[in-house]
Amino acid sequence: MRGLLYVLTAVCVVALGFWAYQENYRTQGAIREVRSLNARIGAAHARLNVLSAEWAYLNRPDRLRELADANFDRLGLLPLTPEAFGHPQDIAMPLPPIPELGPIMDPVEISAGQRGPNGEEPL
Amino acid sequence: MIRRPLRPLARVLRARDEGGNPDAIAAENLRLRHEEMRDRARARAEGRLLVLGFFFFVAFLTIGVRMGALAATEAEEPRAVANGNPIINQRSDIVDRNGRVLATNLDTHALYAQPQQMIDPAHAAVELARIFPELDAEELLEDFTGNRRFLWIRRQISPEQMQQVHDIGDPGLLFGPREMRLYPNGPIASHILGGASYGREGVDSAEVIGVAGVERYFDAWLRDPANEGQALELSIDLTVQAAMEEVLAGGMTLMEAKGATAIIMDVHTGEIVAMASLPDFDPNDRPRPLTEGDQSDSPIFNRAVQGVYELGSVFKIFAVAQAMELGLVNAQTLIDTRGPMTWGRFRIRDFHDYGPQLTVTDVIVESSNIGTSRIALMIGAPRQREFLGSLGFLEPTQVEMVEAPTGQPLLPQQWSEISLMTISYGHGLSASPLHLAQAYASLLNGGHRVRATLVRQDGPQEGERVVSEEVSAAARSMLRQVVTRGTASFAEVPGYEVGGKTGTADKPRPTGGYYTDRTISTFAGVFPAHDPQYVVILSLDEPQQFVAGENRRTAGWTAVPVAAELIRRTAPLMGLRPEIATLDPTGVTQTASH
Repeated sequence: MRGLLYVLTAVCVVALGFWAYQENYRTQGAIREVRSLNARIGAAHARLNVLSAEWAYLNRPDRLRELADANFDRLGLLPLTPEAFGHPQDIAMPLPPIPELGPIMDPVEISAGQRGPNGEEPL
Repeated sequence: MIRRPLRPLARVLRARDEGGNPDAIAAENLRLRHEEMRDRARARAEGRLLVLGFFFFVAFLTIGVRMGALAATEAEEPRAVANGNPIINQRSDIVDRNGRVLATNLDTHALYAQPQQMIDPAHAAVELARIFPELDAEELLEDFTGNRRFLWIRRQISPEQMQQVHDIGDPGLLFGPREMRLYPNGPIASHILGGASYGREGVDSAEVIGVAGVERYFDAWLRDPANEGQALELSIDLTVQAAMEEVLAGGMTLMEAKGATAIIMDVHTGEIVAMASLPDFDPNDRPRPLTEGDQSDSPIFNRAVQGVYELGSVFKIFAVAQAMELGLVNAQTLIDTRGPMTWGRFRIRDFHDYGPQLTVTDVIVESSNIGTSRIALMIGAPRQREFLGSLGFLEPTQVEMVEAPTGQPLLPQQWSEISLMTISYGHGLSASPLHLAQAYASLLNGGHRVRATLVRQDGPQEGERVVSEEVSAAARSMLRQVVTRGTASFAEVPGYEVGGKTGTADKPRPTGGYYTDRTISTFAGVFPAHDPQYVVILSLDEPQQFVAGENRRTAGWTAVPVAAELIRRTAPLMGLRPEIATLDPTGVTQTASH
């Protein structure tokens, strides 16, 4: 009985050692991955930073003004002035649709110089 | 362990036989037993001491090794843990109120040389001089072949230049990473931003420190890693600022002025939406301060904050508002305006003769110095001083710029009656345009004191009350009438109901007295008058315009048309839609009765 207990304990120790070994290597792998991810995030940040700086540089008001002047023929852009504001009433709204006429239910025939079906005089 | 008996029978019997004393045997044995116990105790104590000593040794060794390692290794940038922001900029960005970038960082490199490692110094010197035209090949060669071990060549180089230096292929030419402060908009808002430069420099990094403006004022905040790269949000609107600088530059050229400044400020929050001072500079390449001459001629001088000027008639509204607040006059009270008014050896004159009497409203509309002086006399010097103090004229502005404390108003040494009168029409007290913007905002927003700020605010400042709601409305109505039928008629912008006051002040000579042909022309206004949103201050330094047969320097001909164009351009950008003016926009309220 006691021998079996010893064997079981020894097997347990070996199994735990194996598991700890595995965990150790998995942790180290995860740390390595985090480090490389951090480096990539850092690089992405740096790139983002350059792009936003470039965006700001390309959108600087002086340059936009020059571009608007240079392309005035095509775009016709002008500085925003009070005249650019309108009133909702000034907008040309589409006209309301004309209500459709139904089929003629009770036609009155009018004709000149002919008698009606019952022989009466035309109006 | 076998315990040795104290009186072993064999020995005792033998001792008795030999006539000895058995007690001596017992004593001897007791001594031996005690010695044995002592030796055991000592051995145990020594063992413990040894263990303790070992632990101490290990502990000190660990600490020593760690200290040595820390001292010996290069400092490494702290790499934040995975849940934080892994790489943050050394210095936070600065953005405008809509998030557009005003200042940011760019990674670049510095170039340095270690002459001992150089293979062909002569070739390297010639090639470097070719890449960087401002370097001299002979001087470089001298440095490379001398006994210097380290040499900075350029603080910042572009990627193309870096590639060209790589192509030289000399192992003694090395690069150090740098963060460079970049102002992508060039000279726009240059005075507000200030500029940055390098502080302590090492091979692997360099401190970027602010040298002026908000960069310097918020230096500690911008460099604080605890912000995690959060940007500093200013109250400036980049689009409005750019439009303002364009209009101002045009106006300055047209009016032949040597300098100009303008401020647009939110009357309720005190936020400066735009503030410009011309001439300006490029903060990417900030000029050095002048070493001689007048600092106010330098482009880095901020006229809006640092420049203190006698601002002229724009001050009249303060005297009138105070008199109404005190119940001394109302808008219709008649004031004696016969002139010239003599006070001791001083004479106060008006631009024209306005007849014997004017109502208080017309004193403002016609801008009568005599009328304002008489109103000021009713108020008295101590009360005037107190009122101007409550509007912020007695101390520098508290705007978030490092230059703000230098804009100290110049006050009369003795607030005598003559000072009282001259200050009432804007002479004898010098203040910056920003002071004026603050005071106009406080007076016209309904009467709550506001303090100018460059940082974006979330709600109105509920400052202490300066004047009552009614007085504020009456003052707005008077300023509106200055535009509809007074000296600032060019300020009319259809739809925006501008109210404002002109001010033309002769410039003081450095030697004393005043120039007759140099003025500071100012327009201070508010729009829309019935529901004030923004205060605009525009000031031209030494303007003149040749119109209708004469050289005109008064603000009505110079500052006012520029201000009108400024409002026409910027008001739509700030989201104000023009309104069709009502026939009677100016509800004059009686504020006091006698």
